[in-house]
Amino acid sequence: MIFDRQAPSRRSALKCMAFGGAGTLFMLSGGAFRAIDLAQAAQGDNSSLAAGTPLFVQISDTHIGFNKAANPDVVGTFGHAIALINALPIAPRCIVHTGDITHLSRAEEFDTAQQMLTTLRAGEIYTVPGEHDVTDGVGVEYFRRFGGSSKQKGYYSFDLDGVHFVGLVNVMNFKPGGLGLLGSDQLAWLKDDFASRTASTPIVVFAHMPLWSIYEPWGWGTGDAGEAMALLRRFGSVTVLNGHIHQIVQKIEGNITFHTARSTAYPQPAAGVGPGPGPLTVSAADLPTRLGVTTITHSEHSLSLSDTTLAQPV
Amino acid sequence: MFRSVLRTALAVLVIAAGPAADAKDKQDPDTVVMRNFDFAPMTLTIHAGTAVTWRNMDDEPHTVTSLDGLFRSGALDQDESFSFKFTKPGTYRYVCTIHPRMTGEVVVR
Repeated sequence: MIFDRQAPSRRSALKCMAFGGAGTLFMLSGGAFRAIDLAQAAQGDNSSLAAGTPLFVQISDTHIGFNKAANPDVVGTFGHAIALINALPIAPRCIVHTGDITHLSRAEEFDTAQQMLTTLRAGEIYTVPGEHDVTDGVGVEYFRRFGGSSKQKGYYSFDLDGVHFVGLVNVMNFKPGGLGLLGSDQLAWLKDDFASRTASTPIVVFAHMPLWSIYEPWGWGTGDAGEAMALLRRFGSVTVLNGHIHQIVQKIEGNITFHTARSTAYPQPAAGVGPGPGPLTVSAADLPTRLGVTTITHSEHSLSLSDTTLAQPV
Repeated sequence: MFRSVLRTALAVLVIAAGPAADAKDKQDPDTVVMRNFDFAPMTLTIHAGTAVTWRNMDDEPHTVTSLDGLFRSGALDQDESFSFKFTKPGTYRYVCTIHPRMTGEVVVR
């Protein structure tokens, strides 16, 4: 019933599309996650907000420092996302940034991003690194700013409103020619972390690179993610959130919902289109449409997602 | 500074060489370019004592990171370059840590 009320009219759908591309708002409603577009929340359609408590907003791939044709103003578009989040009637309990905060791992890029993140009207801000954040191999600038709460490991867990969150790192210690990697130390930690959780605990796992294989020739996957998924199968509600590919791809497998977020910076081509996963340059007028699809998926015990697109100034 | 000017001049030569097929034959013998998510040439053979320069032609950053930890460029944005002088004979494999399917090697004789 709630979902029916959420179904947008054509007019509101168009309005949503105009605001879209900024982020996805997740809410906990009866133990099942539903995601609604930020723009829908911001425009005052509170029917969905009333159904649950806003829990967190996922931001991804802000790529501060990027300055090429695909988007010469990544600070502006990130700022737009922040403005939409800050306009929510109820501030989210936390923000999850799924990596590639910066483009080149440079100190000044991190400084800009961090200053912008502090303007978010939300609870805690949780991050995981993307490969662009750790190009020096060890992530000095990333860990200096964001490593403290994880004792410089980068991966960690926390609980919020009965939901167990796990942030994972899969962008370090790459093997040549390979995919992302969690590694045996992190997997052992994960097994230990899940051991004491009951199967009815809703689980959110987030990492930068997709935790399932979307397109291996471009490295859109994590080589040992299967071992992590094996640990997750006994849980009734699992949501796996990633970024990295700058477009929405979603899959539901049993009780596990996989979802990749859009970037706030620039789009990337669909898997296998063109020479590689670089910035997709389209005209400024076309950029919003290239960012845009709307996907609404909902089922009782899994993520329900409404992603609209087409960013344009508020 | 002279070296920097020289490097710029070499880069101009690389660009002037045009499409990849031609560039392969005409680019500076000690230069590896990163273009379309590949190192070209993937295998470069040099004499000991030679400095190799990598230059990124893509609008996506790449890194040049040796597997044995000998050299590490950090992120190279478009048109940025990195040089390393090889003093000992051997085969040195490297990878782009942002796109680890990009691999290459330098053979030092």
